[in-house]
Parts: sequence; structure tokens; C-alpha cells
Amino acid sequence: MNPLELVGAEPGPGFTVTLDGREIAALPGQTVAAALWAAGVTSWRATRGAGRPRGVFCGIGVCFDCLVTVNDRPNQRACLVPVRAGDTIRMQEGTGHGD
Amino acid sequence: MATERPHLAVIGAGPAGLAASLAAAAHGVRVTLIDSAAGAGGQFYRRPPAGLGARRPEALHHQWRTWRRLEDALAARVEAGTIRHLADHHVWCVVPAVPVGFVVHALLGPLQEEPVTVRADAVLLATGGYEKVLPFPGWTLPGVVTAGGAQAMLKGGLVVPGQRVVVAGTGPLLLPVATGLAAAGVEVAALVESADPKAFLRRPVALAAQPGKLAEGVRYGAQLLRHHVKLLPRHTVVAAHGEERLDAVTVAALDTHGRVRPGTERRVPCDTLAVGHGMLAHIDLAESLGCRIDGLNVAVDEEQRTDVPGVWAAGETTGIGGAALSLAEGHIAGRSAAARLTGTRLDPRAWARAARSRRRAREFFAALDTVHVPPAHWTEQVTDDTVVCRCEEVTAGAVRNAVDELGAGDVRTVKLLTRAGMGWCQGRMCEPAVAGLAGCEQTPARRLLARPVPLGVLARAGDPDDD
Ligand SMILES: Cc1cc2nc3c(=O)[nH]c(=O)nc-3n(C[C@H](O)[C@H](O)[C@H](O)COP(=O)(O)OP(=O)(O)OC[C@H]3O[C@@H](n4cnc5c(N)ncnc54)[C@H](O)[C@@H]3O)c2cc1C
Ligand code: FES
Repeated sequence: MNPLELVGAEPGPGFTVTLDGREIAALPGQTVAAALWAAGVTSWRATRGAGRPRGVFCGIGVCFDCLVTVNDRPNQRACLVPVRAGDTIRMQEGTGHGD
Repeated sequence: MATERPHLAVIGAGPAGLAASLAAAAHGVRVTLIDSAAGAGGQFYRRPPAGLGARRPEALHHQWRTWRRLEDALAARVEAGTIRHLADHHVWCVVPAVPVGFVVHALLGPLQEEPVTVRADAVLLATGGYEKVLPFPGWTLPGVVTAGGAQAMLKGGLVVPGQRVVVAGTGPLLLPVATGLAAAGVEVAALVESADPKAFLRRPVALAAQPGKLAEGVRYGAQLLRHHVKLLPRHTVVAAHGEERLDAVTVAALDTHGRVRPGTERRVPCDTLAVGHGMLAHIDLAESLGCRIDGLNVAVDEEQRTDVPGVWAAGETTGIGGAALSLAEGHIAGRSAAARLTGTRLDPRAWARAARSRRRAREFFAALDTVHVPPAHWTEQVTDDTVVCRCEEVTAGAVRNAVDELGAGDVRTVKLLTRAGMGWCQGRMCEPAVAGLAGCEQTPARRLLARPVPLGVLARAGDPDDD
């Protein structure tokens, strides 16, 4: 059993996005975080100070641990932003502004 | 004509905000229901988006029939034009309007840049809460998520973070999280609860008053048994291990004083830890309006009114107590607001049933609260190099130093000396930890904005033509 089977999901046509250039499959309606989790990715950010990996923590937009760069916009909360076909997602280093 | 009715802005479309909107709309008020999520339902009734085509979303829920009733009633009201539902609207501030009423400032969509304002005669805050997690070594590793977060990703995105999970902490939320993950095919290696189940037996009166709740607990117990989930009461997670990702946790038994019993530590391999130590109310909007805060919750009277005229509050923003309590409070708040706004005679008998379930639920949760307390000596497990403030990467050592060497005596001073709580989340995640490590009470944070706001939006917010 997986979550999709549990609820009898019949998702609309899937599509791909890229994560640092690598193709990742996504389903319509998912957030960026959900698509990354589904692809087995659980961290997509390095912290500003110690450069430690982070991903989803609170899952509801409160903690800001899941920040990611989507289509060149840094600091998007992956747990809130819906994923769209062709999105270019980049792992985020520090502030995401390349400094 | 519908547009001449008084106008109530309800913020939050969870159980509380939905019940409030429906009650107010049914009693002569025009409602604008504003919520940051793409769909109504809040945390409890979070569902997968339409694109995922879930035919049986109820498989991840309980009280689904109640949701269907709320959903149908909302759709009918929206159709009739008495409720306007603004989804994807992130409210960052509510201010009194001149000469009367309120202006609700929101940012549109997930990017949260486009401003929207809503003017209303009164506002009802139903913004719910978020999970509290106390730190321990390794709690910032990917794979460690809040229990509610795991639940939210599961209910909303139909995804799980790994194959083998430990669910840990304290509180009633751990039960639906463990059973939900197990039903979705994740191996739940253990449910680690720091409370002592025997403590329930000392509170028979409040608990017996809620037979439905007890039955719910028994149902969860049966499901856990069916999935062979090992229950570890009076245990705690003392550390999470891994390099770039979680690969195990260490759990240990607690003594009757809430201290780890030496020698009881054992390592449990897992790729996910879903952890939570209770809930905290979202009170920022109430704080910026100047509402009185009682402890860490918005203070309300019998009618769910705050002490600021024209502002009501309902659901977990006024205190944590689950979906049924939120529904009851929302109903009362909506009825009260409608009566006050339409100038009809107030008759509390009209909501006697809701008031009764509110009283029982509050008593029940007050009893639960005395049982589900984090281990009294949790700070002893927090090593100096443990990051406490996740945003600013402030360690427990730095907080201790601020208190012991620099003489900080409260959370505010620790914050100024260490930057704990000054990052993106504005202390929402680290406040209980900083207070605990500093040995002081957690107090309301006085955050003036509920959401980060682009400076351009902030600069224009006072413009009279911004509507
Ligand atoms: C992550 C999480 C998962 C949970 N899962 C469960 C569960 O599975 N089972 C269970 O029994 N209990 C669960 N709970 C507890 C749950 O919160 C309550 O039982 C119930 O949902 C409370 O109802 P409410 O209406 O007070 O608030 P909520 O349901 O939390 O609704 C509040 C709503 O307000 C919105 N909101 C908040 N701030 C703003 C703002 N500034 N602008 C716009 N909108 C805003 C939110 O988007 C949300 O939709 C969970 C809690 C959390 C935090
Ligand atoms: S996981 Fe906390 S904000 Fe996205």
C-alpha cells in the first residue's frame, strides 16, 4: 500500500520538472516539496552558517526550513508552492542570492 | 439586498472558521472567508488537490461526514452569494479602519507578493495553530519532521518521507499521525510517548464526560495493534543520528520525575522521525489588533469575543482543543457576531448545545494537558552544540551563555544577545526551546506581522486608494 493507492488516486497526466538539471516526475496539484519527497529527495537547502542540509520540517509554511529556488526566485517555501510543468528547481545555498 | 447586510471577515477556513462563517451567514450577515490554503478545511480536513484525483480521500480522515456537511453548506452559501471564499490569501495584518470597521491586508498566491485588502464591519480570527517541537541533538537532520507536518504532507500531497518512521513526543496528535502513516504503507517502528498512561486514570471525571473521545482513543489503539506498532509510553527520543539524513534515533525510558533513566537508551533504525510536543496558537493577528492574550492564547468571553470591540476569535487560536471544540467555538462566535452586527436580540439559548460541547471539550483537553506534558527535564538532553534556533543556527550553548555569562533573564534579552528567534520564522519554532533553556516562562512574542511582507507592499499599505 502507498498513499496514492490508499485513497484510490487517479491523478491527471504527470509532467516533469528539473532539480539542478536532473529530471523529476511530478503530479498535478502537488507542491514542490511533495514532488521532491515523491522522488526520494528530502533535503534541498544548505543553511547560511554551517551549510547543513534541510528540507521539510513543519510542512505547513511556518518554519521556513524548506526554502528553495524555483524558476530563479530564491526563498520559496517548497511546502506551499504548487509545482508546475517545466519548473526549474534549484537547491538553495545560504540566502539563495549567491552570496 | 445582500450587499446591504453587515459584513464579517472570517480569517481561517478550518473547522472554526467554517462553522463561524456558516452560522453568521445563516443569520443575516455577509461573510468573506479568507484563508491561505488553496481549499477550505484547515489542518484537520486537509485534502489532496483535485489534480491528484483521490476517489477515497476519507481513507486518511475521521469524521468525514461532518466535513461533507460543511463542504456542502459552504458551496450552497457561496452559490447564494452570502459567503465569499478567498482562497490562497495570506493575511499579514488586520487594522481598524477609519471611521469604523476593519481592513484586512492579505497577499495573494504562493509567491505572496500581490496585495489585496478586504474591508469589513467586524472580523473573526480562526487561524488555528502550529506544532511545538522541543530540540534534541540531531533534530535539524532531514528526515526529522513535525508529526503534524508528516500528516499534512500525507493528507495534502499523498506523499511520505521514507519507509520506516518513529512517531514521538507527546499529545493526542501522535495517534492519528501514526495510524495515518501505517495505513499509507509506512512501517511505524515505534510510537514513543513521554506521558504516563496511568496518569489518565487519575482524571476519570473529565475523561468520562467525553465517551466519544475515549472510543476514538480505543479505535486508534486497535489500529496501531493491527499494524503491529510498538507503543513505548514514558519514553522519549534523546537523539537523532545521521550524516546528511536521518538513519536512526536513540530512545530512552523516563523515570517518574521526567528524567532519562540511565542505561535504558537504545538505538532504533529509521529514516523518518515524526515528532511533536503539543501545539501553539497562531495569535499574531490578534496581537497586532491589541487583543488581550491569556497565557499564549487569544482571550475570549462566553460569546467568543475578544476585548477589542468587533473582533471575535474561535478555534485553536483561543486555545488548543481539537476539531470538535473548534467547531463549537466557531458556531458560537458566528452566532454572536451575527446577532451583534444585525442588532438582533442576543439569545445564548440558541447555541446552548454548542456551549455544552464547548465546555465538555475544554474540560477534556484541560485534563489531557496535565497528562501530555513534555518530560520535565528535557533540557538535560540538549547538548551545547545542538542548534536551537533553526533559522539563525543559534546553539543551546549560545543561549546558555547568554543566560549564565551575560545575565539574560528573559526570552527577549536572549534574542537580542544571540539572534535566536530573529530569522525567517520569527521565533515560532524556537521560542518554547529558548524559554525552556533560559529557565523562564514562554510569553507572547508580539509579532506585528503575521507573514513576511515585501517592503513595497508595506510602503503602500496606508494608501487610501489601495483597495
Ligand atoms: C500540521 C497539523 C496537522 C494536524 N493534523 C491533525 C489531524 O490529522 N488530526 C487531528 O485530530 N488534528 C490535527 N491537527 C490539529 C488541528 O489543528 C485541529 O484539530 C483543528 O484543525 C483546529 O481547527 P481550527 O479551525 O482552529 O484551525 P485550523 O484547522 O488550523 O485552520 C486554520 C486555518 O487558518 C489559516 N490561516 C492561519 N493563519 C492565516 C493567515 N495569516 N492568513 C490566512 N489564513 C491563515 C490556515 O491556512 C488554516 O486553514 C493538526 C494540526 C497541525 C498544525
Ligand atoms: S516545511 Fe516549514 S515552511 Fe515549509
